Amino acid sequence: MHAIQVEDLTKVYANDTLALEKVNLTINAGDFFALLGANGAGKTTMIGIITGIVMKTKGKVHIFQYDIDRNFAEARKMIGVVPQEFNFNIFEKAQDILITQAGYFGIDRSEAIKRSEVVLKQLGLWEKRNEVSRNLSGGMKRRLMISRALVHNPKLLILDEPTAGVDVELRHGMWDYLRKLNEQGVTILLTTHYLEEVEQMCRYAAIIKNGQIIKHDKVSSLVQLLEMEAYEFTVKDMHGLDKIKKYHPSVRDANVFEVELHRNNELNDFICQVHKVGMEIIDIRPKGYRLEKLFLNIMRE
Amino acid sequence: MLSEQIIAFKTIVRREVVRFMRIWTQTLLPPVITQSLYFIIFGKFIGSRIGEVQGVSYMAFIVPGLVMMSVISSSYSNVVSSFFSSKFQRSVEELLVSSTSNWVIMAGYVIGGALRGICVGTLVFFVSILFTRPVIYHFGIIAFFMMLSALLFALAGLINGIYAQKFDDISFVPNFILTPLMYLGGVFYSIENLPVFWQNLSQYNPILYMVNGFRYGFYGFSDVDIRTSALILVFFVLSLGAFCLYLLKKGTGLKT
Ligand SMILES: Nc1ncnc2c1ncn2[C@@H]1O[C@H](COP(=O)(O)OP(=O)(O)O)[C@@H](O)[C@H]1O
Ligand SMILES: [Mg+2]
Repeated sequence: MHAIQVEDLTKVYANDTLALEKVNLTINAGDFFALLGANGAGKTTMIGIITGIVMKTKGKVHIFQYDIDRNFAEARKMIGVVPQEFNFNIFEKAQDILITQAGYFGIDRSEAIKRSEVVLKQLGLWEKRNEVSRNLSGGMKRRLMISRALVHNPKLLILDEPTAGVDVELRHGMWDYLRKLNEQGVTILLTTHYLEEVEQMCRYAAIIKNGQIIKHDKVSSLVQLLEMEAYEFTVKDMHGLDKIKKYHPSVRDANVFEVELHRNNELNDFICQVHKVGMEIIDIRPKGYRLEKLFLNIMRE
Repeated sequence: MLSEQIIAFKTIVRREVVRFMRIWTQTLLPPVITQSLYFIIFGKFIGSRIGEVQGVSYMAFIVPGLVMMSVISSSYSNVVSSFFSSKFQRSVEELLVSSTSNWVIMAGYVIGGALRGICVGTLVFFVSILFTRPVIYHFGIIAFFMMLSALLFALAGLINGIYAQKFDDISFVPNFILTPLMYLGGVFYSIENLPVFWQNLSQYNPILYMVNGFRYGFYGFSDVDIRTSALILVFFVLSLGAFCLYLLKKGTGLKT
């Protein structure tokens, strides 16, 4: 069973920005899935279309086999969404926000009150139930958004950049909670631009760039592509460079060069070689942004 | 499922009513005070010099129009401000991502706003009893015109809220369109007393029909045929309702 099935999805915004171009993507029920991409890649647009906030230009989306246009109510009931930015009524109390949200999903008020208590307790917000949302801290607001997304017991939880602006402690708590939810059978889709998070948490990932899915694979296979890691060496002088040619160093500056090495243990060997040819190392630093690197490797494939 | 849509509808209406009740000093009190001032100034001070209009005291003559004015402006402003502020804060997304269908979103906001209009109208009517003895010619007609006018202007408020991009946009229509139409809609005078040109022009003012239909319910007289009034009202409610649904379906002002 597919939790999400996206076919030929295209989005052109009113200002002619092509945000998604013929995207195809399937996510299996039960997955813990990451949509990985830099800012502006089209992640929020994709989620907006799936959840009903953005109008699609073309294409089809099914949620657990419900067409989001033809079986709109059934499809929506499957989804809980945690948006990228806070979107509360700032004068409404935490528990009221949840009860109202449940009501919009057709859950009877007495049941909604019970459900809101369960999720508020799960996210450690029960003491804050009568606080208006604007008085909550950033971390609490984030948790309130998660509890709001879960109040109608969705089978698919979508989180748009859930760790942006969240401190380390809360981040770990959130990961644990999401993992537990996933074990209970909730499919999870999250977007992020941190590769490290995906490595730790997700089983599958799709990489989106300029509105196109450029790769969709197991996270472990994606990380394989990163086996080669680039390093920048600053040395006293470059006289021995010829003798380490087999590593394909590329010169960056009078005394700076770059090499790509296998992550496993090649770095050690390489440093020995550099010493052997008599170059004195002043500085070694891993090169920049790993996500960018991954993109490059995928493109090169 | 229908039962789920009904729960969603009740949720929206309840939220709207709780909202205007909680801030009653901004939503219920001001129109009651304003209309009371009209009763005092126009009805008591000036009205005593005017004498009777169509067989009733001037004070009695202006009561239905003033009640109708408060129904119209309260219904309108409730929906436009509530809807726009939920758009502005983006909490409207709670509705957009839910399984609530468009006609329920429309019905919920509109009934919620109409309830405030009816609430304020009823309060203003009770205040009027302090100044004049009420006559009720036909309660059904009064209720019909009050409810349909409340619905109509709640719908108009929703359309305004859907299109509004900034706070200025929600005060433009009330200030520059609604208020002039209300004042020129025969609240304070019978159009019989106007020159022919103005009489003819007034016929294009929909509020004239509401005020007169409503007044007919109290005293049994009207400047216009009240069946025409009723039909015009029903026609406007249905067309604005259809237009509103179309906007919601297209996602105008709500979805990018
Ligand atoms: N409402 C909008 N109107 C016009 N362009 C938009 C709108 N929202 C997003 N975009 C553009 O669409 C592209 C994808 O944006 P987005 O989906 O927000 O990316 P991401 O979430 O991956 O950062 C970007 O070029 C962005 O500028
Ligand atoms: Mg985004």
